[in-house]
Amino acid sequence: MASGAEVVTVSIRRVDMGGGAEGILDLVRDRAWLLPNTAGCATVKDAVLTAQLAREALDTSWIKLELIGDRETLYPDVEQLVAAAAQLVDDGFTVLPYCTDDPIVCRRLADVGCAAVMPLGAPIGTGLGILNPYNIEMICARSTVPVILDAGVGTASDAALAMELGCDAVLLNTAVSKSTDPVRMAAAMGHAVAGGRLARLAGRIPKRLRAEASSPELGLIGG
Amino acid sequence: MITVNGKTRDHADGLDLPAVLGEAGVELGARGIAVAINGTVVPRARWVERAVADGDAIEIVKVLQGG
Repeated sequence: MASGAEVVTVSIRRVDMGGGAEGILDLVRDRAWLLPNTAGCATVKDAVLTAQLAREALDTSWIKLELIGDRETLYPDVEQLVAAAAQLVDDGFTVLPYCTDDPIVCRRLADVGCAAVMPLGAPIGTGLGILNPYNIEMICARSTVPVILDAGVGTASDAALAMELGCDAVLLNTAVSKSTDPVRMAAAMGHAVAGGRLARLAGRIPKRLRAEASSPELGLIGG
Repeated sequence: MITVNGKTRDHADGLDLPAVLGEAGVELGARGIAVAINGTVVPRARWVERAVADGDAIEIVKVLQGG
C-alpha cells in the first residue's frame, strides 16, 4: 500500500489454479476497494459470466472489463468489448472497460453506460509508457466519464505524464510488481500521480521552439 | 458425466453441490469463492440445497491477484 492506491484489482480463476483466495483478500480487503477483472477473457460470454462470478465472490457490482482479441498482443477486441459492456450495464454492473487509445471507442463505451474508460498507454506488461500521448490527451478532453490510463506504465514518469495529460487515475501492476524494489516503486508511483495531477491543475507552459530568457535582459554588467 | 472446471467425472445419483465443492477443497463458508452451473451463477445461499444433475457443467472460481 506504499503507493497510496485506493483500488486494487483482482482476477477470477478456477479453484484448481494455484494460490489461495483468502491470501489476497486478507491482505487488502480492509485497506483498499477491490475491483475484480475479467482478465484473459476472449468472448462476451466468458467475460459476462466472469463478471457475474466476481460479483458473487466479492459482493461488488464493479467490474474491470477486459476482453482481449488474442493472447499475443493482449489488445482489446473493441467490437466484443462494447457488446459486453452494454450487456453488463444492463445487468446492473458499474463497468470500467480496458480499451484501446481510440477516442471513438471510448465514446461508444461511455454511450452504452460505462462508468469510466480505461485506454491503454501501451500493450499490457510492456512498460513502454504512453505511446500516443496525443490520443490520450484527446480522449481526456472529450470524455464525458472519468479516464483511467490502464496498461503500459513502465516507471514513475509514465504515471506522471498520464495525469498531466488529463487522466483521472492510473491503473498499473507490472511496473511495480516486477521492479527490483516493488515497495519503493509503489511509493514512486504515488508521488508521480500526485505530482502529475498538481501539474495538470497548475497548467503547463506552452511549448516554444526558441529560447526565452527567464532572467531580466536589461542591467547586465559590462554593457 | 459432469464437468467440473473443465474436467469430466462420473455422476452419481443424489450428488449435490456441497459434495462437489468438498471434492474441490472448498468449504461452504470460504470467502472469495463463486460457483456457476451451466453458465448461471448459483448464489452462495443456494449452495446447500443445489442438486447436481447428469450433464451439468460446473465452474468453481476464486479470487487471485492480478491487474
